[in-house]
Amino acid sequence: MSSSSEQAAQGARLARWRIWTFAAGSALMLAAAAGYSLYAAQRHTAEVAASPAHPFSSSLPLSGAPKILYVFSAVGGDQDHLAESPASGVGAPSFFALDCARAYAAGQTVVCLGTNGSLVQTQYAEVYRDVSGKTTLLDKIELPGIPSRARVSADGRLVAWTVFVSGDSYNGPQFSTRTGLLDLKTGTLIPSLETFTASVDGKPYHAVDINYWGITFERDDEHFYVTMGSAGKTWLMLGDLATHTLSSVVENVECPSLSPDGTRIVFKKRVSGNLSTPWRLYVLDLATLKETPLAETRSIDDQAAWLDDDTVMYQVPQTSGSGYDIWEVPADGTGTPRILIRNGSSPDAVGGS
Amino acid sequence: MYIPRGGAATTPAVREQTARVRAARERVPRNVYALGFVSLLTDVSAEMITSVVGYYLLVYLQVSTITVGFLDGLYSAIPVLLSLTAAYLADRYQRRKLLAGIGYGLSAVSKLGFPVVGRSVSGLGLVQGADRLGKGLRTAPRDALISLSTPASIQGRAFGVHRTMDTVGAFLGPLIAVVALGLSVAATAFDAVFVVSFCIATIGLLALLLLVADHREPAATPRKVPFRAALGLLADKEFRRVCLAATVLGVAWISDTFIYLVIQQRLALTAVQYALLAVGTSGSYLLLAVPAGRIADRIGRWRVFLCGHLALLVVYLLLAGPFGGPVLVCVTLAVHGFFYAMTDGVLMAHAGPMLPRELRTAGLALLQSVRALGAFVSSLAFGFAWSVMGSREVVGGYVVALLLALVAAACLVHPEKGTVPRP
Repeated sequence: MSSSSEQAAQGARLARWRIWTFAAGSALMLAAAAGYSLYAAQRHTAEVAASPAHPFSSSLPLSGAPKILYVFSAVGGDQDHLAESPASGVGAPSFFALDCARAYAAGQTVVCLGTNGSLVQTQYAEVYRDVSGKTTLLDKIELPGIPSRARVSADGRLVAWTVFVSGDSYNGPQFSTRTGLLDLKTGTLIPSLETFTASVDGKPYHAVDINYWGITFERDDEHFYVTMGSAGKTWLMLGDLATHTLSSVVENVECPSLSPDGTRIVFKKRVSGNLSTPWRLYVLDLATLKETPLAETRSIDDQAAWLDDDTVMYQVPQTSGSGYDIWEVPADGTGTPRILIRNGSSPDAVGGS
Repeated sequence: MYIPRGGAATTPAVREQTARVRAARERVPRNVYALGFVSLLTDVSAEMITSVVGYYLLVYLQVSTITVGFLDGLYSAIPVLLSLTAAYLADRYQRRKLLAGIGYGLSAVSKLGFPVVGRSVSGLGLVQGADRLGKGLRTAPRDALISLSTPASIQGRAFGVHRTMDTVGAFLGPLIAVVALGLSVAATAFDAVFVVSFCIATIGLLALLLLVADHREPAATPRKVPFRAALGLLADKEFRRVCLAATVLGVAWISDTFIYLVIQQRLALTAVQYALLAVGTSGSYLLLAVPAGRIADRIGRWRVFLCGHLALLVVYLLLAGPFGGPVLVCVTLAVHGFFYAMTDGVLMAHAGPMLPRELRTAGLALLQSVRALGAFVSSLAFGFAWSVMGSREVVGGYVVALLLALVAAACLVHPEKGTVPRP
C-alpha cells in the first residue's frame, strides 16, 4: 500500500484552508438560496400587486347568453381562477372564486380539477351544481395523479376526469393515465376505466399497459368516447356504461370531443415522430368515418371543445412564459385559426339554452 | 491483489483472530463520511427536483406526455452506458475524484437549466440528459474512493455508513422542496426550487473538492492502465464468479416499481399512499445499512449478501400469498428494506478488496453494470409475464427463479467463513 493513500485512509488532518473555504463557500450558497427564495416570493407579491385580483363571484351563471368558461392563465391575482367571457370573445371576463388546473361545465354541473400544495401534494376533483345562481359543492373526489382532462355530460349527470400517474411508468418511454367517472344520479363512482372490458376490431384486448384518457359523453348518458392507448398505438373507443365494455371505432385518435349535434368528433391525431410537433387537429365524421384535417397547422395538445356546431376551440401555449391563449378554427378544414380569448386555457362553451 | 497490513501473519486462525480485534478497533475513515456528506447533499438536491418535476412539466408548462415519456427513457438508458467508460477513464488516468467531480458538477449545473430552457423539448432533453450523465459518471468513482479509503476489514461498515447518509438525503429533499415552494404560494416559485436545488448541489460539489481526498494509485506502476487490463479483471476466477452470481440474482430481482405496483393493485392505494411505499423501504434501509455492514464484516459479506436475497424471497412469498391489510404492507416494506441494507453496499464491500487497487473503479462499475443488466432483463420478463397472467402467478414464478438463483450463487461463490483477505 502506498504511503499517500495510507495517510488519507487513516484520516490525516485536513488543511485548515480547506475547511474554511468550504465553510465560506457553503455560507455563500446558503445565502444565495435564501436570497433567491425571498426574491421569488417578493416577485410573486409584486406580480399580484401589479395585477390585483378582480372581485370573485361565488356563483357561476352557467345559463343565459352563450359564454365561454375557462381557466385564466395570466400571472397575477386572477391566475388559475375560473373565468367567463362572452362567446364572441369580446368583452371583459368575470371571475369566480374557484381555483382549478382544468375545468368543464355543462347542464348546471361544474367539475374543477385542482391541487392542494400542502406537505404532500394531493389532487382532487370538485363537483359543483349551480341551482338558480347558487353554487353548491356536491362531491369531492381524491385523484390519483396530476389533472389533465375534464368533461361533463350535456345534462350534467355524468362527470369524467383524466390524470397522469407518474408511479405507473416502467421500462421505457411511457406515461400512465387514469380516467375515472362519477354518475351524480346514482352516486356510482368508477375510479378507473381499466376495470372495463376492451375489444379491438371485435376481438377481446388484454394488455398490462392499457391507458385511457379524454372522455367525451353522448347525450344518452350511457355511451361515451375515450382514447385507449396500448403498445404504442391509440384507438377511439366507444364505451357503454350499462355493460362496462369498450369497443374500438378507429385507430390513431386522442382526446376526442363530440360535437353538440353528436355527429362529429374533433381529436388530435399523431402525425409526426418529431417530439416538438407530434399532433394535428382533425375532425372525424361518425357516420362516414371520414377524417378532415383542420386549418390549424400547429401541434395542439388539448382536448378541444366545440364553440358551436361549426367551430372548435383549444388552448395554445404562449410563445414566452407559461401562459395560454384560446384559439378557434372552423370545424370543416377551411378558414384560418384566430385568437378567441387571451390568457386562458381549458375552454368550454356554456349557456345559450 | 490487495495485501493487508501485517500480511506476514502466522496461522489462519491467529490471523483471523487478530484481524477481528483490529476490525473492531478500526474507525470508518473520514473520507467515507465526507463522501457520504457529498451524496447526502446531492440527493437532497436531486429529490427536490424529482418531487416537483412531474407537476412542473405536466401542469405548469403543460409539456406533452410524449415528451415526458421521452425524458423518462433518457433517465434509464444513459447511466448504464456511461458508467463503464467513465470508470475506465478514472482508472486509466488515476483521477477518480476528477471524474466524480465532473459528474457532481454536471448534475448541479443541470438544475439551473430548467428555468432557462422553458418548454423547449430539446432543451429539456439536454437538461435531464446532463443530470443523468452526471449520475453515470460519478457512481463508480465514488464507490471506488470509498473502497480505496477503507481498510479491508471494515468495508461493509464503511459502505453502510455511506448508504445511510445517502438515504437521509433522499428523505430530506422533498421536505426542503416543500419549504422552498411554500415561501411563495404560487407556481411562479418553481424557479426558486431549481435555484435552491442548485445551491445545495454546489455545496455538495465543494465538499467533494475540499473535504474528500483522492486516491491515485499505485504511484510505483506505470500510470496508464491498458483497456485490456480492465477486461482482464474477468480473468480473475473469483471476481468473475461474483459477477456471474450477481447477474443471476439480478435476473430474479423484481424491481421496486413492480413490487409497489403489485401492492398498489392488491390494495387500490391513493397517490399519496403509493408514494409512501418507497418511504417505507428507504426507512428500513436507512436504519439497517450500518448494522448490516458491521455484521457482514464479522460473519462474511457474501453470506450476508445471500441472506439479503432470502429477505427478498420473503417479500415475494408475502406478495404471492393472501396479501392485504396495512400490517402486511408494513412488514413487506420493512423486509424489502432489509434486502437493500444487506445487499447494495455489502456487495461492493465484498468485491472491492478482491480487485487490484488501480482497477477498482472499473471493477466495481462492471459489477454494478452486470447486476443492472440482470435486473433489466428481469423487468422486461416481469412486464411481459404480467400482461398474460395475474400478478400472483408471476410473483410465484419469481419465487422459484430466486430460489434457483440463490442455489446457483451459493455454488458459484461459497459463503466465506470470515472476511480476512487472502494473503
